[in-house]
Amino acid sequence: MLSPYRRRLVVNAFNLGVSVLMTLFGLFWLAWLLWTLLSQGLQWLGPHVFTASTPPPGEQGGLANAIVGSLLLTGFGVLIGAPLGLLAGTFLAEFGRASRLAAAVRFINDVLLSAPSILIGVFVYTVLVVPFGHFSGWAGAVALALIVVPVVVRTTEDMLKLVPDALREAAAALGAPYWKVVVAIVYRAALGGIMTGVLLAVARISGETAPLLFTALSNQFWSTDMSGPVANLPVVIFQFAMSPYEDWQHLAWAGALLITLAVLALNIVARVAFRRRKARQ
Amino acid sequence: MQDALFRHGTRLAAVAVGSVVLAILVALTVGAWPAIERFGVGFLGSASWNPVTEEFGALVPIYGTLVTSAIALLIAVPVSFGVALFITELAPGWLKRPVGTAIELLAAIPSIIYGMWGLFVFAPLFGEHVQPWLTERLAGLPGVGVLFDGPPMGIGVLTAGIILAVMVIPFIASVMRDVFEVVPAQLKESAYGLGATTWEVVWKVVLPYTRVGVIGGIMLGLGRALGETMAVTFVIGNAHELSASLFMPGNTISSILANEFTEAVGEIYLASLIYLGLILFGITFVVLAAAKLLLIRLGAREGRRA
Repeated sequence: MLSPYRRRLVVNAFNLGVSVLMTLFGLFWLAWLLWTLLSQGLQWLGPHVFTASTPPPGEQGGLANAIVGSLLLTGFGVLIGAPLGLLAGTFLAEFGRASRLAAAVRFINDVLLSAPSILIGVFVYTVLVVPFGHFSGWAGAVALALIVVPVVVRTTEDMLKLVPDALREAAAALGAPYWKVVVAIVYRAALGGIMTGVLLAVARISGETAPLLFTALSNQFWSTDMSGPVANLPVVIFQFAMSPYEDWQHLAWAGALLITLAVLALNIVARVAFRRRKARQ
Repeated sequence: MQDALFRHGTRLAAVAVGSVVLAILVALTVGAWPAIERFGVGFLGSASWNPVTEEFGALVPIYGTLVTSAIALLIAVPVSFGVALFITELAPGWLKRPVGTAIELLAAIPSIIYGMWGLFVFAPLFGEHVQPWLTERLAGLPGVGVLFDGPPMGIGVLTAGIILAVMVIPFIASVMRDVFEVVPAQLKESAYGLGATTWEVVWKVVLPYTRVGVIGGIMLGLGRALGETMAVTFVIGNAHELSASLFMPGNTISSILANEFTEAVGEIYLASLIYLGLILFGITFVVLAAAKLLLIRLGAREGRRA
């Protein structure tokens, strides 16, 4: 029988030990995932992946059309979503502040931030695919844009709030109208943080599959026509990985490695850039 | 003049963002209308899914969605608590950031990668080594035994739940870590001063103080788990049957959408799928809104004390 005092020490040591184990448990999955990706992806990665288009089963081919398609969809997604998010975030930080409208938008935006992305796909399908009668790259880009918006709204608002009011007052005292204060002073001061938000949004959408399934669909051939179905890495990986053909599965692994490397690189760049900016302040 | 333009431009953008949720709700309701008209509320309780006779019901996917999410939380909550505890209280300063970043990178990995890894790497190992072991040990138990009695196929509801758990750990852990860090140092130091152990400080001071935020974080993870699509689609097996065993294949609302949406022929079939989407939207909206409100409440309390 342990004395109450010893018992407390034992409970403490045991529970803290479990906490360390849990952390290792979490890190273990990351290591396992990355190791699988590297070992599976590297052996099927070659120059042909970047030069040839997706093949029919049993033939040599690559992912060139899907890579280009993904770049197009991601690019347009950000071009549509980021400005809208920037403006809305500006309203929340500069004009709305504590108003009821701002509170409501903030709340809805946070819900959108975690909303299931497949529902965005269904939504865009009903408003942009059904009326036009066919799947299209534009529908895919809009679906991705809807995922970009909440991320950019959130980071923009947070970053603009960090800009000290003294800067705004100094500019206003020089006679600058408020829009000029925001554009020339506040945006410039918060630029690094806003770009970090955009980068994180790019990272988020470059791996998104669910919203593209019913919008951009995919395309077996080389196509940069945004008004028709456009091939993209995530959907191609999904189709190829679920297929019974081994060479398709190999391409899927190569694509999976590419996407993950891109996403992790974007994340790390965004973090490092942000940290440096914070350190300077 | 430009001032008004700028103000109203940004206000318009904010209103547009705010109305997206409304637009989604309206679009889904309109799309689902044929199915709503035909099946009504009975859709929720019906387990049939037959494209040939056009009889559809949501019971199986709703059950699958709730069960996989429950398994995910059962695993992810203790793990996330351990991780948050480690990062905030135990780790030396130089280790805090790398560990925190590594756990957050788990959230950055696209879900399709989890799916591929789950299907090709995790499920075979799980079916070969873990499931037979579970069946042997647990299938004889009264009550819960039936959950673990089934063919060790690797894929299935339990596998989907475990992979979901790994995916939501970073979300729950990062909220827990953030709320643990707002606990005033004096509060913790007073407890230490009374001779409390680290565990007692965390369990009896930090956790009660941050309870609302912790629950908010768990709800946030639940919201993620309910709507997660690609990883689940890969490993759940897509079967339209209710089975007691967690080893059997099943489906979730999002996996059924991913699998069948583009192949659905006929108005009722497609409308039924959109109806499912509407149900998922309702469930996740309630969960996420509750999470948000709890976190706001914690924030407000913080503001008053500061």
